[in-house]
Amino acid sequence: MEVKSIFISGVGGQGTILAGKVITTALVNLGYDVKMSEVHGMAQRGGSVITQIRYGGKVYSPLIEKGRADVLLAFEKLEAARYVEYLSPEGTAIVNDLEVPPASVLVGREEYPSDIVERLKEGIKKLIVVDAVGIAKECGEVRAQNMVLVGVLAGALNWPKEALVQVIREVVPPKYADVNVEAFERGWAIVAPLSRS
Amino acid sequence: MKKAFLTGNEAIARGAYESGVSFASAYPGTPSTEILENIAKYPEIYAEWAPNEKVALEAAAGASMAGARAIVSMKHVGLNVAADPLFTLAYTGVNGGLVIVTADDPGMHSSQNEQDNRNFAPFAKIPMLEPSDSQEAKDFIGEALKMSEMFDTPVLLRTTTRVSHSRSIVELGKRAPHEMRPYSKNPAKYAMIPAFAKKRRWSLKERLEALERYSEQFPFNKIEWGKNREVGIITSGVCYQYVKEVFGDEVSVLKLSMTFPLPKKLIGDFAEKVKEIYVVEELDPYLENQIKAMGIKVKGKELIPEIGELSPEILREKLKGEKSAAGFSPYPQLPSRPPVLCPGCPHRGVFYVLKKMKAAVVTSDIGCYSLGVLPPLESLDSLLCMGASISMGHGFKKALEAGGKDDIVITVIGDSTFLHSGITSLMDAVYNRSNTVNIIVDNSTTAMTGHQHHPGTGYNAKEEPAPAVSLEAVCRALGVENVAVVDSYDLRAVEKAVKDAMNCKNGPSVIIARRPCALLKGKGPTGLYAVKEEKCRKCKACLRLGCPALQVKDGGVFINPLSCTGCSVCAQVCTFGAIKKVGDE
Repeated sequence: MEVKSIFISGVGGQGTILAGKVITTALVNLGYDVKMSEVHGMAQRGGSVITQIRYGGKVYSPLIEKGRADVLLAFEKLEAARYVEYLSPEGTAIVNDLEVPPASVLVGREEYPSDIVERLKEGIKKLIVVDAVGIAKECGEVRAQNMVLVGVLAGALNWPKEALVQVIREVVPPKYADVNVEAFERGWAIVAPLSRS
Repeated sequence: MKKAFLTGNEAIARGAYESGVSFASAYPGTPSTEILENIAKYPEIYAEWAPNEKVALEAAAGASMAGARAIVSMKHVGLNVAADPLFTLAYTGVNGGLVIVTADDPGMHSSQNEQDNRNFAPFAKIPMLEPSDSQEAKDFIGEALKMSEMFDTPVLLRTTTRVSHSRSIVELGKRAPHEMRPYSKNPAKYAMIPAFAKKRRWSLKERLEALERYSEQFPFNKIEWGKNREVGIITSGVCYQYVKEVFGDEVSVLKLSMTFPLPKKLIGDFAEKVKEIYVVEELDPYLENQIKAMGIKVKGKELIPEIGELSPEILREKLKGEKSAAGFSPYPQLPSRPPVLCPGCPHRGVFYVLKKMKAAVVTSDIGCYSLGVLPPLESLDSLLCMGASISMGHGFKKALEAGGKDDIVITVIGDSTFLHSGITSLMDAVYNRSNTVNIIVDNSTTAMTGHQHHPGTGYNAKEEPAPAVSLEAVCRALGVENVAVVDSYDLRAVEKAVKDAMNCKNGPSVIIARRPCALLKGKGPTGLYAVKEEKCRKCKACLRLGCPALQVKDGGVFINPLSCTGCSVCAQVCTFGAIKKVGDE
């Protein structure tokens, strides 16, 4: 099978690492060769964080090249705009409808662009904007926003749902398993009907 | 066969477990930290955090001498600290197998330089292996230990960020217990007085010659013939993966896994069979220079950058002439999102106070507090290496005095860094009568690398209770007469302590600004602060703290309740009393 690449971007503390863990564990269970790359340490303290995932028959590089990602999964709008150049012209962008202003914006030195979604629409064929925070709140746990986004991704790529649900139950503490599975399924439901039609 | 999806670091830990390692030591440093963290999870392996890399290597050398298999891990700059024992260990050799893992950081994701530690191997005369993914990272630990015992030498295993922090599938094996090798007294091997060292120098030469022959046969040094036998690429480490990604089997590849000593015959044979050779390696022309010295014509650094990380994209452009397929980019520039001190970070208030002080210089050190160099705090002037703050401050002060000046010199160092290599610096300042103001920002953990214990935290690497070093007792024992301990959140106390110290003229003073890292579970502050809009004059003085919980809203300031930790520092900065604890009024 051809290698597929998923580029995840977000802000330190948003749960991108757990999302990457759920996605890759499921892909390994499904029998793919998988590689994932993350950067830790100084690069993490509230800064912009990225996770790169590649899977298929045989994967060499853990890094994704610009313009070649099949999916950009952005946990935050500014981090979508920052890394959208990694997305292939045929790719799908899944963007959390959330603004986390960086320090320079908080103190009024720089402005947070107000037109990110509009601009992204101009250059991306498949753009899915998701209110993951709103959905996660409805499920009863705002921190489950990452599982909402994983659900959208799994739906968009038509992955077998049960494989993901099983992994979520394995990696999330039992107390939070149900709410995370619900968040995942809500995300899945947003796109699954689209991709099957 | 059981499989797991492991980072390179987890795979190294697994390799140590499967190969019967029974002693592990390390000092945390990105990208190496998780090696020891994962080894510590195996009850079969004794694992410890050492105060610094030199101590870690010496302890591992002792364990090896006793006959155990031992592993020591560190980031690239850590090997500089451990270089002293390293070079002579090549002479003494080992008893039980000894592997030294150096995790390099090309591109400086989380480091102060990007030195290429492959250079240590020929410099120290120690064989080296370079894995290209997690499976090899695990397997090469076993290979390294075998080689170590077979040739009586420590072995370097060199990874980079993209090997250490990438995950790939690894086949797991069982632990093969290692019988302790008996130790017998042998000063001619272990006690390097000149008379014995001279003999071991010749033995080292012989061992290296034997290792070079071994390298020729080493199964992981291998040629992968491609469709094209005219173009050959020689590569090692993660660059092998990039080469295969970009070229597949279009070209022929010589993958070197043992990169010291090099298999000269294998390289020569490969060179004879192809017309053109490219050397693809990150950072220095390490392979290139050695291969050129063998009289083989290759192309390398004239095409491939020697600065920063490589990537498949760079190879595509430099070797295939294909431009990057960079996709849609809607903005020429976006607000950047650099790492920042967390909300509630105990360092913030200290830096706020320091910015107000009239010091000639504030020298700093390695840790989260390095971020205090950035706006809006901008309180720090230097960062060099672990422990340098106190000694550089001392030198600065002496130079000022020699020039007839009496300006104030302040130094800032973290608790873990102080224990790593600040103690001897402070001893220097005491011994040589330096009137410096030294602040130990004590957040009771090694925070930047993800909260590892150290000799001052009261716990060891296995999370068992351990004796805790008292920083104030150490400072007093060194002869520091002025030692003050303050709460980092109490700005007035911090300011008073700094001013008092600035007036001290009888040797260096130490201020221990103490508060646990706000991210430590159960140790952070509690409560929530909010802006009383009717009292806020919109002066924005509080924004000078650079706390991510404070944001501009409608011209005034708003405290994000999801980020605020309740540390109270902003409330102390507000001169109009407009920031109050929620529930207090």
